[in-house]
Amino acid sequence: MRHLIIGTGPAGVIAAETLRGHDSEAEILLLGDEPETPYSRMALPYLLANNVGETGTYLRPDPKHFQARRIQVQRGRAASVDSQAHTVTLEQGEQLDYDRLLIATGSHTVKPPIPGMDLDGIENCWTLADARAIAQRAQPGQQVVLMGAGFIGCIVLEALVARGVALTVVEREPRMVPRMMDQNGGELLKRWCESKGVRVHTGTQVDAIKADPERLSLTLGDGGMLEADLVVCATGVRPNIAFLEGSGIETDVGILVDEHLRTSAPDVYAAGDVAQGPVFNGGQREVHAIQPTAGDHGQVAALNMAGVDTVYGGSLAINVLNTLGLISSSFGQWQGVPGGDSASALNGEEFKYLRLEFDGDFLVGAIGLGLTQQVGILRGLIQTRVNLGQWKKELLRDPHQIVHAYLECNTSAEAAA
Amino acid sequence: MGWQRKILRVDLSAGTAVAEPLNMEWANAYLGERGLASKYLWENMDPAADAMGPDNVLIFATGPLTGTMSSTSGRYAVVTKGPLTNAIACSNSGGKFGAELKYAGYDLLLIHGRAPTPVYLHIVDDRVEIRSAQALWGQTVWDTEGWLKSHHQDTRLKVASIGVAGERGVYYACVVNDLHRAAGRSGVGAVMGSKNLKAIAVRGNLGVQVDQPERFMAAVRDTHKMLAESAGRKELTECGTDAMIDSMQAFGGLPTRNFQEVQFEGADKLNPEAMTEVRPNGHRNLLTNKACFGCTIACGRIAHIDKTHFTIVNRPQYWHASGGLEYETAFAFGPVVGVDDIDALTFAGYLMNEHGMDPISFGVTLAAAMELYELGVITDADTDGVALNFGNAEALTVMAEKTGKYEGFGQILGLGSKRMCERYGRPELSMSVKGQEFAGYDSRALQGMGLGYATSNRGACHLRHDAFAEDMEDQSGAGKAKPIKVSQDKTAMIDSTGLCLFTSAAWDVPEFQRQIDAACEGDWPESRLWEIGERIWNLERRFNLAAGLTAADDTLPPRMLEDPAPSGTAEGKVCQLDRMLPEYYELRGWTRDGLPSHETLQRLGLEESKA
Amino acid sequence: MQKALLIDPEKCTSCLQCELACSHQHTGMFNPVQSRIRVFEFEHGARAIPYTCTQCEAAWCLHACPVQAITVNAATGAKQVDADRCVGCKVCTVACPYGTINYEAHTGKVAKCDLCGGEPQCAVACPTGAITVSDPDTATHAINPLLLGRGATA
Repeated sequence: MRHLIIGTGPAGVIAAETLRGHDSEAEILLLGDEPETPYSRMALPYLLANNVGETGTYLRPDPKHFQARRIQVQRGRAASVDSQAHTVTLEQGEQLDYDRLLIATGSHTVKPPIPGMDLDGIENCWTLADARAIAQRAQPGQQVVLMGAGFIGCIVLEALVARGVALTVVEREPRMVPRMMDQNGGELLKRWCESKGVRVHTGTQVDAIKADPERLSLTLGDGGMLEADLVVCATGVRPNIAFLEGSGIETDVGILVDEHLRTSAPDVYAAGDVAQGPVFNGGQREVHAIQPTAGDHGQVAALNMAGVDTVYGGSLAINVLNTLGLISSSFGQWQGVPGGDSASALNGEEFKYLRLEFDGDFLVGAIGLGLTQQVGILRGLIQTRVNLGQWKKELLRDPHQIVHAYLECNTSAEAAA
Repeated sequence: MGWQRKILRVDLSAGTAVAEPLNMEWANAYLGERGLASKYLWENMDPAADAMGPDNVLIFATGPLTGTMSSTSGRYAVVTKGPLTNAIACSNSGGKFGAELKYAGYDLLLIHGRAPTPVYLHIVDDRVEIRSAQALWGQTVWDTEGWLKSHHQDTRLKVASIGVAGERGVYYACVVNDLHRAAGRSGVGAVMGSKNLKAIAVRGNLGVQVDQPERFMAAVRDTHKMLAESAGRKELTECGTDAMIDSMQAFGGLPTRNFQEVQFEGADKLNPEAMTEVRPNGHRNLLTNKACFGCTIACGRIAHIDKTHFTIVNRPQYWHASGGLEYETAFAFGPVVGVDDIDALTFAGYLMNEHGMDPISFGVTLAAAMELYELGVITDADTDGVALNFGNAEALTVMAEKTGKYEGFGQILGLGSKRMCERYGRPELSMSVKGQEFAGYDSRALQGMGLGYATSNRGACHLRHDAFAEDMEDQSGAGKAKPIKVSQDKTAMIDSTGLCLFTSAAWDVPEFQRQIDAACEGDWPESRLWEIGERIWNLERRFNLAAGLTAADDTLPPRMLEDPAPSGTAEGKVCQLDRMLPEYYELRGWTRDGLPSHETLQRLGLEESKA
Repeated sequence: MQKALLIDPEKCTSCLQCELACSHQHTGMFNPVQSRIRVFEFEHGARAIPYTCTQCEAAWCLHACPVQAITVNAATGAKQVDADRCVGCKVCTVACPYGTINYEAHTGKVAKCDLCGGEPQCAVACPTGAITVSDPDTATHAINPLLLGRGATA
């Protein structure tokens, strides 16, 4: 059996390891298009902040990790897939055949279509190479503009401030991290950043960038102007699916996969940021470009590839973010569901916020700011559909009783069993 | 180490909160908690100042072992000038507040002045805020704690607060922390109220270190084991302090109907068996036992009240569990007021915690009022129409609530027994010393207790000495001075460590010594601890003398000195204080007028203290 | 050998000796906020639940870690954090459905129960037997492992 995995991110690496765990004989080839040992994009901000060296970003610190597991790591970029012939053609022309294929190609950054984006001094923060470029340019005291205050933008934000630059953030949406924070949470984050000396513009976007002799000059949608020594672009990412054109593998935003992480083509699976798969609450398939989903995908896909029939329970959107020391997290359907109750506690002065969303007596979503202890129980409550019963009333009064509710609901469930 | 070496000084008049280094010279001479706070009080105020005025200083103090792994390491003391006694007040408490204050980085919290409007303190490590308590003024202790946790979005916030009783100056208002632990005696809550300080909410993240961790952990292991294996500890765990009911009843030292009697016919309805008895409807008073911070004894009782009981039948807000009866609450709501309805007693206990009052002083004050009522000195016109007969359970709970809310006759009860009885022209009916009510031990049966009550620096108190064994063995007044003096010094030392007096169920000075010696820098031989205890006792005495008290205040009510015990082992006996007191003064190195001699002060290093 | 903590909330008096012992073991200080076992109190202390990692087989934290900072201790089966390797991304804290791996701001890392290398100090310190060490193959956990629908083989 020959397994080919395209992509050396967490989904690909975990899949390779899982395959080896279930089949000591199979041939496993891990194909990546970056020169480095497989590394984690999650760790890049910490590299930028000088908290870790490059080896600290590696997915597996042991240099012999892959060799020891007889996982062959090969550099190369897939150009096309022929699912009938069970072959993948690389950009350099080489052709690889497979029995089972896992596509875990992740995503790429998208720059907004505005004039000047190709000027020197504008960097993404997505790859290790990007991080090196930023590290070289972002020196203390320099003016830096961060385009995009989404999840990735906010992670980079911390690293840039740690480097001592004068930072300005521009976010097109009316609030920071709009896909994981509601208005209250976004406002708190913005005020927090401002209190730490970061200028934050929300509800406007960069319309154009021009090169002055010394600096970059940015024009904002609201008419404002910004000067910058460096612009870091974090305006979004898209799944890497272009190479699948003509392959017959069904795609939407990402590659559509079923509850076995199978694509529409036989023996072809997809996992991680590139996969558009089942979601926990049973709605439309979605791309959840988050680390836990990548890990789950990689594991479930690999089990199925190895012949262990495994059903994926669906991914839950969960995020956690550290913005200059303010920890925020979001879980599931934090926007709420029709007819569901909602509870929230906001203390703006202390930057604390907790919002809970219910469907009947079940928790379906949550947002937390300034919350670092036992946060995982929010996932547990949502994903195991714990009936909160009498505790729900208490939670509507004081949402911070959530850990107590979790503990009693779980212990009493056992008592009843 | 052991200490955090930092104190927090808050001036509510000025609206400032400033941290300053702990005076290590004083820490080395007074250890912590009770002793160290007494020293700071002595150095920071005029003992003659009005207890309810802005010049009184309110001190919250932890000890060097507070917050460590020593058993019962949650203790803190509230030290101030007490309004009930006009003497030095030192009330200590368990729960979890004290350790949290220490973890926030402070050995002591000194509160000066008076806030212009109600405030609370919010302390998170180095961040200290004096915040408006307008939303909290008039609220109960329980609602205050709930509001603060919810507002600051921190279920682990620790709160010490006062209820309306403290706000309105009930003379025996206490400071309640963790819902049902209290710095109970002498009216320290009234001082807090006089400062317009509703609550202290604290969260500490800084931890505590000890000087020699390995030696300390070895001491912890051994002393934990000693406690675990001790019979005294076992009884406290299983029965709480309420086990004392049966022994005092049998001995004839259980004060009944305002100390007119020494045995109570309803004692067996209030003892540990009564607490655990399952009633026909399935209800059982006691739910479980609960520990304070770090405590491997867990004497605290958690009880609940039968929902069909008259006290709460229509009040579902009281259908939850809370702190249950301990010996002193059982005595103060039971025999001394003649009530044997355990649910009514439990409810009265809830009300004390909810409104922030000392159950001993309340119960004994109510007992005096009942005697006044039965004598016809006061009538229904005074008591809002409530028949204040001994044994009236409804009168107990109604008056507890009225006093807690400072309503009607509750305002009179809030004066304490001394002021109340003086008001009605019958001062002899107040069972108190220096204005503070007796605990649940009759000093005709327990002679040394009488001497202990008379000489306790905070007014009548059963926790300022520990001579129960001697008292029960020998009911004469002979040879009592020594065990009282020695155990007074010892308890003063134990009260200054950050640990609970109840550990002496298994430990003696060597066990405290081992833990202190490993936790604190320097050498701590037993002799040094004994000397510290004696130094503290004499400093407290000096405070009281400077506050205007004299040897004439070292006395007992005539009922103890003149009326023989009507039954029990001491039948026919009175308390022989006149025999014990001179011997005690001499042993203390005090003059016949009860003044520490120059030599005594010099020996204890007190001669250079502020005059 | 696989070990686990067996917790019996019925016996807990909420004395917090476990939190003291845990923090001392891991930090050299007595500091309950740094304890990896936490006691939660209910109804004025009528009930208390000591709560920590069950070393679950699913190992959500381990699988969620992007840099392999969480590994299995071969001797005890504990999932333990390599503080030198942890970058502090906190993904494990939201991934663990039990909420028993937590971020500590002062270290910038996460922390969880590591069974003290085989002799859990919380169990040693517990005066009532509410926390004991047990073989998970025969023990029933007070908090049932939650099934999240992952890896459920058909």
